[in-house]
Amino acid sequence: MGGFFQVAWAVAGRQIYKYFTNPAFLAPALFPLFFFVAFAGGLTRVGDVPGFDYAAGYIAFQYVWALLQAVSMGGAFTGFSIAGDFENGFARRLMLAASNRYGIILGYTIASLVRATMTGALVTVIALVTGIPISGGFDLFGLIGLAVLVNIAATLFGAGVAMLLRTQQAGPLIRTPIFLVLFLAPVFVPLNLLTGWIETVARLNPFTPILTAARGFLAGDPTDVATAFAISAALVVALALWAVYGLRRAEKAG
Amino acid sequence: MSGSSFLTQVWALARRSIVRTMRQPAVIVSALLFPMMFFSINASGLDAASRIPGFPTDSYLDFAFAFPLVQASLFGAITAGSDLARDIESGFFDRLSLTPMRPVALLGGMLAGVVALGLLQGVVFLAVGLLMGVNVSSGIPGMFVLVVLTVLVALGFGGIGAILAIRTGSVEAVESAFPLFFVSIFLSSINLPRNLIEADWFRFVATINPISYLVEGIRSLVITGWDAQALFLGFGCAIAIMVLAIGGAAASLRTRVA
Repeated sequence: MGGFFQVAWAVAGRQIYKYFTNPAFLAPALFPLFFFVAFAGGLTRVGDVPGFDYAAGYIAFQYVWALLQAVSMGGAFTGFSIAGDFENGFARRLMLAASNRYGIILGYTIASLVRATMTGALVTVIALVTGIPISGGFDLFGLIGLAVLVNIAATLFGAGVAMLLRTQQAGPLIRTPIFLVLFLAPVFVPLNLLTGWIETVARLNPFTPILTAARGFLAGDPTDVATAFAISAALVVALALWAVYGLRRAEKAG
Repeated sequence: MSGSSFLTQVWALARRSIVRTMRQPAVIVSALLFPMMFFSINASGLDAASRIPGFPTDSYLDFAFAFPLVQASLFGAITAGSDLARDIESGFFDRLSLTPMRPVALLGGMLAGVVALGLLQGVVFLAVGLLMGVNVSSGIPGMFVLVVLTVLVALGFGGIGAILAIRTGSVEAVESAFPLFFVSIFLSSINLPRNLIEADWFRFVATINPISYLVEGIRSLVITGWDAQALFLGFGCAIAIMVLAIGGAAASLRTRVA
């Protein structure tokens, strides 16, 4: 067990060092920030649509989506880093040296959490500057908890794909499904205002209850909390198995 | 060199540009699929916005139809710019300059490829949009005008892609400009009419952003019919961007060849 944590800390330490010595480590925050500015700035009047009943207002409504997008993209970018490590040969040497290879997955996940903390903080600072009201009190810890679980799930998904394909060309296969899951949720208006095919898809999308609960936390009106945490935890478990499968395929490939 | 010989050169390079694009199914699929996917998601997700008092139409699908056309032009510009940068990176451009072929023919050929892709995208999106239920108020003549305006927009963006390609000679540099283009589309009246944008700074940015006028020109044909002012501004901006961008690309080309 000691080997598991030793490997995890070593991998995490290297990744975190790489992040802080490369200004591009904030790149996962760029698209969420841009969407936040574009949607919160340009679509504020959508909050006036009859039936739009989010108490914290439209900017806060968009902030939660941007925050969860930032932490998800942090996970995706960690997947890109893993793929890069396989391409440049580092990951193969790491797998030869590691006494417990499962620690590699934990290490990348810890590093991803550090990155997501930075990108999430950046999005939050911008949102505070634009004047989002914080009315959730201690409920905000619920929002942070969900963001952490979303980041872990996205990281494990990206790690699984990266270890399975072991090439940076896997980038679109990591990024596109995450983008689709994020966009096929109630991005612009609450679920009750969606109609047609997007409503059906959003209702089936496991990210929707997570987003709804996260918005509830920010507004100080927690909604479907147990469902959101249960889905997040289930996603983490399922995607951890996916990452382990990717690791085993990488081991077999040598 | 006679005019017909120059046109022959442009045609040869245009054919090469078109064939190269058609031989990359991933490029065609992403150029057609991604704008329609975003359109479909945005139009459905923001359908409720058509209930905002003062919204110009009761169908957000009609309102949003300009989005895939403008976004597709952007994709086309990045693709064409990347191809041109690849020609520079691979040495094709240098070899070409050793032949009697005029370098400006390369630019003409590339832009002809942009026109072909823009035309294909305009026609396909129009067909898919009509099947999805988009109602073009200006009728069949308006559809022709809409495709012409889309092609002009594609040419303008294509010119900007060419400037980037010629000045940097790097595929990566052209590709990295994508977020900038993308941001400029969203910082316009693409999602809501300017008079319904509440944030003053955003409305100001959207008002000085020429993309707003391209979008509003295309949109007017769909939701209003024949709106002389919107069309004048739309065509005016498209032609101005096209002239400036192609002029800039030609100047960059002269500098590179010199």
